[in-house]
Amino acid sequence: MELQFTAEENAFRNEARDFFRSALPDAIRNRVQRGQHLAKEDIVAWQRILNKKGWATPMWPVELGGTGWDAVRYFIYKEEMTRANAPEPLGMNVHMVGPVIINFGTDEQKQFFLPKVQNLDIWFCQGFSEPGSGSDLASLKTSAVRDGDHYVINGQKIWTSGAHRADWMFGLFRTDPNAKKQRGISYILLDMKSAGVTVRPIITMDHGHTVNEVFFDNVRVPVKNLIGEENKGWSYAKFLLGNERVGIARVGFSAGRIAYAKAIAARTVVDGRPLAEHPRFREKMALIEVELKALEITNMMVVAGMKKSGPTQDPRTSVLKLKGTEIQQALCEILLEIAGPAALAHEHAFLEGSDELITAPEWNATAAPNYFRVRAATIYGGTSEVQRNVVAKGVLGL
Amino acid sequence: MDFDLSEEQRMLKESVDRLLEDRYSFEQRKTYTRAADGWSRELWKQYADLGLLGVPFSQDHGGFGGGPVETMILMEAFGKALVLEPYFATVILFGGAVKIAGSEAQKADLLPKVAEGKLLGAFAHSERDSRYDLADVKTTAKKDGTGWVLDGEKTVVIHGDCADKLVVSARVSGGQRDKDGLALFLVDAKAPGVTRKGYPTQDSLRAADITLKGVKVAASDVLGEPGKAYAAIEKIAQSAIQALSAEAVGGMQEMLDITVEYLKTRQQFGVPIGSFQALQHRAVDMLVATEQARSMAMFAAMMVDEKDAEERAKAISACKVHIGKSGRYVGQQSIQLHGGIGMTLEYKVGHYFIRSTMIEILFGDTDHHLAALARAGGLIPAGTTA
Amino acid sequence: MDLRFTSEEIAFRAEVRDFFESNLPPDIRRKQVLGQRLAKEDIVNWQRILNKKGWACPLWPVEYGGTGWDAVRYFIFKEESYRAYAPDALSHNITQSGPVICAFGTPEQKEFFLPKLRNMDIWMCQGFSEPGSGSDLASLKTRAVREGDHYIINGQKLWTTNGHRADWMYGLVRTSTDGKKQAGISYLLIDMKSPGVQVRPVVTLDNDHHTNETFFENVKVPVSNLIGEENKGWSIAKFALGNERAGIAKVGLSKARLALVKALAQRVEADGRPLAESPRFREKMALIETELKALEITNMMVVAAMAKGGSKQDPRTSVLKLKGSELQQATTELMLEVAGPHAMANQHEFLEARTGETVGPDWAGTSSPNYYFNRAVSIFGGSSEIQHNIVAKAVLGL
Ligand SMILES: Cc1cc2nc3c(=O)[nH]c(=O)nc-3n(C[C@H](O)[C@H](O)[C@H](O)COP(=O)(O)OP(=O)(O)OC[C@H]3O[C@@H](n4cnc5c(N)ncnc54)[C@H](O)[C@@H]3O)c2cc1C
Ligand SMILES: Cc1cc2nc3c(=O)[nH]c(=O)nc-3n(C[C@H](O)[C@H](O)[C@H](O)COP(=O)(O)OP(=O)(O)OC[C@H]3O[C@@H](n4cnc5c(N)ncnc54)[C@H](O)[C@@H]3O)c2cc1C
Repeated sequence: MELQFTAEENAFRNEARDFFRSALPDAIRNRVQRGQHLAKEDIVAWQRILNKKGWATPMWPVELGGTGWDAVRYFIYKEEMTRANAPEPLGMNVHMVGPVIINFGTDEQKQFFLPKVQNLDIWFCQGFSEPGSGSDLASLKTSAVRDGDHYVINGQKIWTSGAHRADWMFGLFRTDPNAKKQRGISYILLDMKSAGVTVRPIITMDHGHTVNEVFFDNVRVPVKNLIGEENKGWSYAKFLLGNERVGIARVGFSAGRIAYAKAIAARTVVDGRPLAEHPRFREKMALIEVELKALEITNMMVVAGMKKSGPTQDPRTSVLKLKGTEIQQALCEILLEIAGPAALAHEHAFLEGSDELITAPEWNATAAPNYFRVRAATIYGGTSEVQRNVVAKGVLGL
Repeated sequence: MDFDLSEEQRMLKESVDRLLEDRYSFEQRKTYTRAADGWSRELWKQYADLGLLGVPFSQDHGGFGGGPVETMILMEAFGKALVLEPYFATVILFGGAVKIAGSEAQKADLLPKVAEGKLLGAFAHSERDSRYDLADVKTTAKKDGTGWVLDGEKTVVIHGDCADKLVVSARVSGGQRDKDGLALFLVDAKAPGVTRKGYPTQDSLRAADITLKGVKVAASDVLGEPGKAYAAIEKIAQSAIQALSAEAVGGMQEMLDITVEYLKTRQQFGVPIGSFQALQHRAVDMLVATEQARSMAMFAAMMVDEKDAEERAKAISACKVHIGKSGRYVGQQSIQLHGGIGMTLEYKVGHYFIRSTMIEILFGDTDHHLAALARAGGLIPAGTTA
Repeated sequence: MDLRFTSEEIAFRAEVRDFFESNLPPDIRRKQVLGQRLAKEDIVNWQRILNKKGWACPLWPVEYGGTGWDAVRYFIFKEESYRAYAPDALSHNITQSGPVICAFGTPEQKEFFLPKLRNMDIWMCQGFSEPGSGSDLASLKTRAVREGDHYIINGQKLWTTNGHRADWMYGLVRTSTDGKKQAGISYLLIDMKSPGVQVRPVVTLDNDHHTNETFFENVKVPVSNLIGEENKGWSIAKFALGNERAGIAKVGLSKARLALVKALAQRVEADGRPLAESPRFREKMALIETELKALEITNMMVVAAMAKGGSKQDPRTSVLKLKGSELQQATTELMLEVAGPHAMANQHEFLEARTGETVGPDWAGTSSPNYYFNRAVSIFGGSSEIQHNIVAKAVLGL
């Protein structure tokens, strides 16, 4: 057992820290730190900066643009990136569709998509969930019927994050209505500009527009956009669920939020002195820091295990998701508590990236909407209840 | 001890419930938010016609002569329907301030107008740095002949944008956080020197930042004795908390009901999700929290007029602590148990969650009141030992 | 709606308080305050004092010794009893078997048992649970086979509290295996001195002997000891469950313990000042007091409804049991925290009141065993999970 980072790893951390400090545009850093929504251009710009450095898709195979880092280095990279208030590279591209194309795509698909996915020339959205199929995803109904060398798609997806920004969708569609649930599903890439695709916004509690409904009305998709084999889509989708283990706990992000909370608390006066000096506030922070430290160590154990044996189905990853999201939520609650009455006003323009404020100080203005929004963290990517079911069955054998 | 409603109280409850059932569906509510004020003037008139706007005022002042229980009944109903109209700002805060601090002449002048729906009011008290400290007031009032001149800034004045008249707190002497030296003034919202910036709050209600620059107030518009207003301000805040607690309970009950209904209808894995024990138990914990919060709203109603100021303050703080904690729990779980649909503004449960989050903040959050209660020694005196 | 006590009720409270203050033997009170175990004689002695006053079994019908109080008065009585540190009446006599015999017993059974139960000339124990039948009590297997005017009993009970002190047991036994499992159960009174009854101690976490295994080997019980009809025992047992509603939350007990904790915290130093002055300790107390206040009001609401003859199925009863046991447990945790390192020594002889000598202060000597034993509060009498199930089904319709 070796609980310390090696000298090389520490050197790498310094390099990463330096890079993120100098390469991240101030405007983007500020927006992330204040909890504002990023414009599409912000995300694209940053991903391209990363790509230029060769750090856009670290975990991809080296020949396709990966860095060849082991899990520990990748962990350090993620930690430093989030700590620097840099946006994370678009998960849909980097962790979700990219690896699936790499593993199951045809050569043409790889050639066409991977460079664009990496450089965010193509923005992907995920078309999995449907109105009747959330946790029970395998019950999905949107159908793709073969017609010559096209599929004709009809049905509806829901909760599609970024569909309004996306160029393409990777989706799960039912190609065999007679097969049992999981077995008749295919994984298809679909151009969002295709005729018959309609995107309708869904506004969430933060008054923000991230998710959408997507309707398909006889949408024709070339068969060459099928990934792997027909009716095998479920296994590809499952493959990618195991993909973003290292960063799923978002320890670095939470550490950044803690630092931010402390900074804000230092300038918030309560009963005549800074909130940061109140024992109760300090104890509250200390408690969450203890939780985060425990999670960080678990995370490093998982990471070290992956370094030795490659991606595995380590049951502790469910703990990473469960605790990681809980801590993110708790931190948003703390930021809201710090804001207090300054969170009441609806500072929508500021949330959307404007510098203009109606009344709230800039460091409090996004506290409420971000608190509302983060409630989704225990819902998407497998709800906390479903995670617990997974652990009960997979780990405890219940 | 009797927790049953009297005949009159039952009728009051029935009439408000009936009105809101008819007029406050989620869809109807949406149309009210789109009105110029962000609420319905037409409904306001109906509240007036039904006598709701005078519920806490004495019959001499055109009211119903109700007490905290009547306020609880109304606010709970408003909480269930997520009412947008400025009842809290006008009747509870403004009306409350006049009732608590005003002279007989001021009450006789203003309260009937409020009761008739002819006067909207707001309580312009909080300032940028004051947070939850009721004594923290920088706005100044300087003597000017027989009257006063006010200067300062008030922030997040609930429904301050539509108010006709404001109750403004200001300092006649002392330092920024001194309890001594505070005064309350009646100020016409359109008086020279008053500027208002209205905006929406998170919960689809409205608020305003109000600037006072050399605003002249006549001696007859001072509420109570200048310099001695702190006790009244505290009492206004306590009445506000009592009312908000009942509103919060109405909201919690609704979140629980909506969630349970959803658990029965939403199917995943071929069964209603309400058949999963993990969700059943969570729903029960929501119920427990709601029932306990209801008990605390009763406690607040019981104690808000208590003579012993210390006991009263402790009780109200205890109530706010509980309401804050349980509201947060019930709100968060109601979203979680809905999954994605709980996150959207198109569905009603999230609106309750947002409102309950705002209620936790208003007039002191959980931490604030817990600290206050703890400092005051808690609810149970130390006992004897062996 | 009127949320205050009437002046008669307030006068009644004063009367009760007076009585407890002048009649509770100081040595019993002292043991109670110190959290020591009471001897059998202590409990009997106190019950007889109450019986002399006519307060031994307030909720029984007046003709059998009840007081005729409404639920409000009973609530006040219990609250004052806890406040005075008086022992609880033995529930197996007073709230369980007593009311059952009042309601279902024959005139002979009533005549024989009721005066003795009231005066604790007979000590009853409860023989319901079995090794294979806890929450699923209706699955119980201990057999009672009719032979002439006797039942012959074979089988085993578990967790029989005070089986070793008891003269009689009220037990549930299987008299039929036909039909639904609830339908073949009978309610029997069993003399613990009968040949074939064997009691073996089960030592609990507090290193103490409360509970037992009870074995039955061809135990002969006269048919005249059957309560009600054969095979109707299940509904008879359920009848008794609703009995203790007014007192089930034990608000008074938790209140008394919190008052004690506060007093003790004044004697403990933490960082150079009394623990009672530490803001963190005070806030922790305040939070629990707030919860307890809410429970108290809920309790009063239930009690007020009962006094008006409200239905027995008040859903709030489960709230009372759930939150009540949570808070009882919380108070013993607080006691443990106040004791701190003083809680570490195993002071069994002191717990049993066989010595007055302690390592460290006497008040801390029982804090850890009492903490351990109170874990049982959310297990017996219908575990917290079962209470959740009941509310989910009966109230929420899930
Ligand atoms: C902000 C946001 C962004 C999203 N982005 C995307 C996206 O880009 N693409 C996409 O395809 N999807 C996306 N989703 C959808 C997300 O994956 C689903 O919301 C999630 O799978 C849950 O499904 P549901 O919302 O239908 O809830 P349901 O599955 O209906 O769940 C409702 C409740 O029941 C519980 N539950 C369900 N089954 C069980 C069980 N067996 N045992 C115990 N409890 C259970 C859940 O935990 C939840 O509490 C997004 C969702 C949100 C909120
Ligand atoms: C100190 C003590 C004193 C006692 N005194 C007596 C006595 O005098 N006489 C007597 O007859 N009995 C007595 N009992 C027994 C008591 O009634 C049982 O312990 C209780 O009914 C639980 O049964 P069990 O212990 O077999 O646990 P189980 O029923 O095996 O339960 C184990 C766990 O599973 C949970 N569980 C069970 N069913 C469900 C379900 N459907 N859904 C969700 N969770 C479930 C339980 O909540 C618990 O957490 C006593 C127990 C204790 C601890």
